[in-house]
Amino acid sequence: MAKLKGLKCRECGRQYPATPVHVCEFCFGPLEVDYQYEALKGVVTRESIAAGPPSMWRYKDLLPIEGEVAVGHHVGFTPLIRAQNLAEELDCKEVWIKNDSVCHPTWSFKDRVVAVAVTKAREFGFDTVACASTGNLANSVAAHAAEGRLKSYIFIPADLEQGKVLGTLVYNPTLVAVHGTYDEVNRLCSEIADKYRWAFVNVNFRPYYSEGSKSFGYEIAEQLGWRTPQHIIVPCAGGSLITKIWKALKELKTLGLIDGPVKTKMHAAQALGCGPIVTMIKNDSDVLRPVRPNTIAKSLAIGNPADGYYAYKVAKESGGHGEHATDEEIIEGMLLLARTEGIFTETAGGVTVAVTKKLIETGVIPRGESVVISITGNGLKTPDALYERLEAHVKIKPSLSAFDRALADLKNQAS
Amino acid sequence: MTRTRVRLTFPSNLIQEPILYHLVKDFDIVINIRRADVKEDYGWVALEMEAGEDTLARGVKWLKDKGVQVDPIERDVIA
Repeated sequence: MAKLKGLKCRECGRQYPATPVHVCEFCFGPLEVDYQYEALKGVVTRESIAAGPPSMWRYKDLLPIEGEVAVGHHVGFTPLIRAQNLAEELDCKEVWIKNDSVCHPTWSFKDRVVAVAVTKAREFGFDTVACASTGNLANSVAAHAAEGRLKSYIFIPADLEQGKVLGTLVYNPTLVAVHGTYDEVNRLCSEIADKYRWAFVNVNFRPYYSEGSKSFGYEIAEQLGWRTPQHIIVPCAGGSLITKIWKALKELKTLGLIDGPVKTKMHAAQALGCGPIVTMIKNDSDVLRPVRPNTIAKSLAIGNPADGYYAYKVAKESGGHGEHATDEEIIEGMLLLARTEGIFTETAGGVTVAVTKKLIETGVIPRGESVVISITGNGLKTPDALYERLEAHVKIKPSLSAFDRALADLKNQAS
Repeated sequence: MTRTRVRLTFPSNLIQEPILYHLVKDFDIVINIRRADVKEDYGWVALEMEAGEDTLARGVKWLKDKGVQVDPIERDVIA
């Protein structure tokens, strides 16, 4: 089954064969994978998907992989949880958590995109993969390269805290710490991607890499019994995820896998300290103004997002909105999710929870409608965000009487 | 000769200034504009620049000193 048409420029529509290129040679617009949907109709069915593995690869026919899956066989198909406690706190009827904080193997949705990119790199015959990252992406590229026996180069700013790189170093990549400003490191990585014949996952492999995010959207629909929710709240960094979830829902509709029209409103969630996409949505302007990030939500701190314009368009096209969360609201969001549902998410999850709360309180999301909150990373990776907020409630000497007194004090405080 | 693809973002105070004219004339950099969107108070241009490596570096530094944001065509690649 020839399912891939090739690549297509998102700006001028010019078509390219499916090769490791990412920018249109004519207008410099970004390229995207284009499929032969007619060939997929009737071949990809609810039954064929259900017969697949309990991972993102049950949707392999809808991903840009033509050979066998090379790495990340167990990525995805993460829980979609009916969050009854959180729903009560938010006073909203139907709240779901799509929980990629437990995505195998590195606890973030980046495993989805990297599994596709590294598999595609093997398919194209590359022996080296690379990325520039300060967190989740670095973890995932290093892990999947190790599994695929590929060489990997991970570029990080030299001033990144040691604690953040351990989760990458453990997989034995070549870690390159670059001294310089963010802009200088960013520019160097772009030049390296241009010069070396490596699979730089989020640069020259971006068209394939980003398609992995669609599996997040497919899973939401399948796990809801082949229906789409009325609202999905998506954290935005580079802006790709929200566009790919939307693409996934529309593909399912095109293939006849979901009943009725797709009426899901796609809402963008960003930190106030780095929210250029939400600013576009709020101002109803298609002009993205780059910002200097200043937020605790480091995994969303992309000041000049590549897919910002397309993220804005998805929010508008779907009838969705966008909202910012302050650092304080982000922490409150993390704590709220933890104490109501027992899920410890990273700051990006705090952003989506906080933004959901705001959108419900302001009436943008009616209280009787269904909401899926995207949780894309695990809090155990970046506990520093909470250090100053949390401490042991009770400190006692090792005696039963000391505990009795402390317990009495606690009960008095509570009453 | 080195060739590079960049995205230049212009703040409102530079919209009416002939920045690209000076880049070509003063630095002898060959430019080739592929896509642009210039509004009253803001604008960006996606273009290719070609010159010697040192000349390009001086040209980019001059742009930044003027207040133009210079990014790779992919924009932020650190994720």
